[in-house]
Amino acid sequence: MNGITLTLRALHHGEQRLADELTAVAERHRTEHEVHHVATDLARWSREHVQRVADTGRDHGVNLAGPADHDTSGLLSTLRQKAAEAVGRRPEPGLLLLRDLRELHLDATENSLYWEMLAQAAQATRDDPLLALASACHPQTLRQLRWTNTMIKNLSPQILTSLS
Amino acid sequence: MDVSVDRIALPWGSRTPYGRDEAWPVRVDTCLADGVDAGGVQRWVQAASILHSDGDAMDIAVLDGRMVGVRGRAQDRVNRGRLEPKDLFAWQANASPDRLTRPLVRRDGRLVECDWATAMDRIVAHSRELLEERGPGAIGFYTTGQLYLEEYYTLAVLARAGIGTNHLDGNTRLCTSTAAEALKESFGCDGQPGTYDDIDHADVIALFGHNLAETQPVQWMRVLDRLEGADPPRLLCVDPRPTPVAREATVHLAPRLGTNVALLNALLHEIIRTDRVDHDYIAAHTVGYEELASRVRDSTPEWAAAICDVPAARITEAAELLGSADRLLSTVLQGVYQSHQATAAAVQVNNLHLIRGMLGRPGAGVLQMNGQPTAQNTRECGADGDLPGFRNWQNDAHIAELADLWNVDPKTIPHYAPPTHAMQMFRYAEQGSLRMLWVTGTNPAVSLPELSRIRSILAQERLFVVVQDLFLTETAQLADVVLPAATWGEKTGTFTNADRTVHLSDKAVEPPGEARPDLEIFLDYAARMELRDKDGGPLITWHDPESAFEAWKRCSAGRPCDYTGLTHARLRGGTGIQWPCDEDAPHGTQRLYTDGITWAHPDVCESYGKDLETGATDDVVEYRSLNPEGKAVIRAAAYLPPHEQPDDQYPFQLATGRTIYHFHTRTKTGRTPQLNEAAPDVWVEASASDASALALEEGDLVEVSTPRGAMRGRLRVTGIRPGLLFVPFHYGYWDTKAGHAPDGETAGRAANETTVTDWDPVSKQPLFKTAAAALRRVERGDGHPAPAPTTTASAPSRADAVPGTTGGPAALVKEDAG
Repeated sequence: MNGITLTLRALHHGEQRLADELTAVAERHRTEHEVHHVATDLARWSREHVQRVADTGRDHGVNLAGPADHDTSGLLSTLRQKAAEAVGRRPEPGLLLLRDLRELHLDATENSLYWEMLAQAAQATRDDPLLALASACHPQTLRQLRWTNTMIKNLSPQILTSLS
Repeated sequence: MDVSVDRIALPWGSRTPYGRDEAWPVRVDTCLADGVDAGGVQRWVQAASILHSDGDAMDIAVLDGRMVGVRGRAQDRVNRGRLEPKDLFAWQANASPDRLTRPLVRRDGRLVECDWATAMDRIVAHSRELLEERGPGAIGFYTTGQLYLEEYYTLAVLARAGIGTNHLDGNTRLCTSTAAEALKESFGCDGQPGTYDDIDHADVIALFGHNLAETQPVQWMRVLDRLEGADPPRLLCVDPRPTPVAREATVHLAPRLGTNVALLNALLHEIIRTDRVDHDYIAAHTVGYEELASRVRDSTPEWAAAICDVPAARITEAAELLGSADRLLSTVLQGVYQSHQATAAAVQVNNLHLIRGMLGRPGAGVLQMNGQPTAQNTRECGADGDLPGFRNWQNDAHIAELADLWNVDPKTIPHYAPPTHAMQMFRYAEQGSLRMLWVTGTNPAVSLPELSRIRSILAQERLFVVVQDLFLTETAQLADVVLPAATWGEKTGTFTNADRTVHLSDKAVEPPGEARPDLEIFLDYAARMELRDKDGGPLITWHDPESAFEAWKRCSAGRPCDYTGLTHARLRGGTGIQWPCDEDAPHGTQRLYTDGITWAHPDVCESYGKDLETGATDDVVEYRSLNPEGKAVIRAAAYLPPHEQPDDQYPFQLATGRTIYHFHTRTKTGRTPQLNEAAPDVWVEASASDASALALEEGDLVEVSTPRGAMRGRLRVTGIRPGLLFVPFHYGYWDTKAGHAPDGETAGRAANETTVTDWDPVSKQPLFKTAAAALRRVERGDGHPAPAPTTTASAPSRADAVPGTTGGPAALVKEDAG
């Protein structure tokens, strides 16, 4: 195993994790409608990344699975949604939302750094398909980062000043 | 030549054909109360319409201190004397016997009459307590698209610099925030690039999700007149309903809901593929073209056809129409703005014009339309999610200008985040962090999505609700304090229509009882709250409409919406005038961007832009590197599937919308006999094939349900796209036994019982045309047709199925075409 396959594995893991986290956050904050809908859209990007990493990995002799579908019909998922609805009238879950957005931001940041590493390695080895992979996916990771940052910026003032 | 026309049966009246590049002929429409003739009118008082965003100029007829009719203003640039059915008849609603005449406060659970001091003291005491205990973030203001400029500006100053809250928005959020956002994304700044006069010159007019015939009927009269004249324009209509626009169109596309971006990307693909592109214009005035070209490279008509469910050949024909135009006018409204990926789609229409170089010349224009009459004023005055004078909340120099103007510390003006949009304000109220909501001139208990949720938010004990309106609306019934407001014809002020035309509307009659103009109410609140500037002087230094207008002029100076060349006196007597109107343009400005892009420079722009798919905001560093010279920004967007898709349980798509005889929650139009009789109750539209598959017939009582709720109405079978249901919005409960909500005797009637809480992440406009729904019969019809008009998009698919909508003698209007 070389450094490139290591990086591909890390990205495969990191994007799958982000897809799962985005889906879980979407469920947990169902009453935060914008978070719910946009996080669901953004999870799709990460699942596409997982698929592309798996496809490229095959060419590098690395066996990686396609995206695992996050089960949105299971008990855990239903519990998350019900919990979101039950506490939707209280201010405290705002703190949980900020924590979740922060975690998403950090996970996306980690992926972003791996994309950067992969792109650099691709250039050093003149591996065009690998560079194409990083060039296609990294911008979307950066957009996931900007979204979490924007939501944290917009929601923090009200959430943090309204807790008594 | 005088004729009398039934303007319920013929909403657009008689034709006055004219040729391309000629002036639109005058036709003066007059409607007077029974028994009154023009000679008997004592005074004609200048006004303009506040029932749609056209801003039709009119005079109010006054006799013995009462309104007795209206007449179009022949000399005005917007309507040349024409009026539409709502303009012609709805003035009668001002004199309804159920107008609010005294303030009300809630005592022991009931609203009881009181005097102004009692009501205002209660509001002031509550505001003070919240400010002290919880800070300004506990107080929010939700205003309308129907007040006047002077009132919005006063509200913006009192909320932003006085209370210091970030929570101020207009219900223009529901109708026009995407127009504003799309303009900001493409041109760096809000402001309509084109003008209604472009209709006179265009050879192709493309209407994207815009049923002009029903939403801006007077400009539709203009299109109809051109269609009957020499060298008529060809029309492209994108609309899933068989609207009057679709009937006149050369090409009609009826896409599946939520697929506008796919369709527009395919149109852009074809324009670029066939190289109908103005490369010189692109090089001189834009950034971002390469990104767009690469993003739509694979968006072929065949690809889009599969997503949109329209034939690929029709998409190619539409692209041919757009590509072959020498003067292209595009207009956009709710079919785009209230749908999935609203801003992304609206921006692609701007892109179409930018890459074809179709801007700033007669006939080459974009009209990102407004739905509400004074929507433009909420935007420019900062009474919605913007700051006054199109200033940028992320630009400290802009905040410093406002702080200087108001003589306050910049820190008192919240600008740490974008102004809070309405849907988020309701979320904060639901969550309990917002504890007081002051609603002026709008009716969220009918107009917002998912009404059971909205009612439960408004009814919370911990939320103090103030409602300022003309009638005891559904929302007012849930309020803690109700303030009776004066309205159009009872107060003076200015307002600006969708094509930047500023009109003055003068007071013609006294308001009923103790009702007061909204401006007076805001000034009274500011005085009682003792809002101060940083030197201890009063924050608000004006005292009437004219001095408020002068204060606004100072705020607008040097900004795109510059009003410094206007005065109330100048607006009295002649035609409306388009801003900017200043020393350089003393007669106003017909078109923006006649000589390149003017307001997109990083130092002056209103917004640094947002990600069209996520809504994430860009900052100044990103914007400066993207657009250092301030050109137009071509922003590409990928198609995303809608968030709610039909399935086995909810197999239909559901769109809701406005129709010609009613306006915002029917507070006025429902109290206007001619308009009410033309469309007295809600209905449900389905296609002939869907109706026959479910064995449903015209007039059957049906139920439309979604995961949020259900409503019932009589079925109208029309030529609507199969798989789609349409329900007219804003039928509420005030004119039912139930009062403000469905009950045991009154089934759900409001379209928004069913709509989803989801909004465009860029403009934050709620999506009213996106839900998945089920349809079932509740009972067979009794032989009566649905209460839907036959004159409009709800025309029955079988012409003989239903008697035609007429207004009879009460709807006769005099038309004088010179």
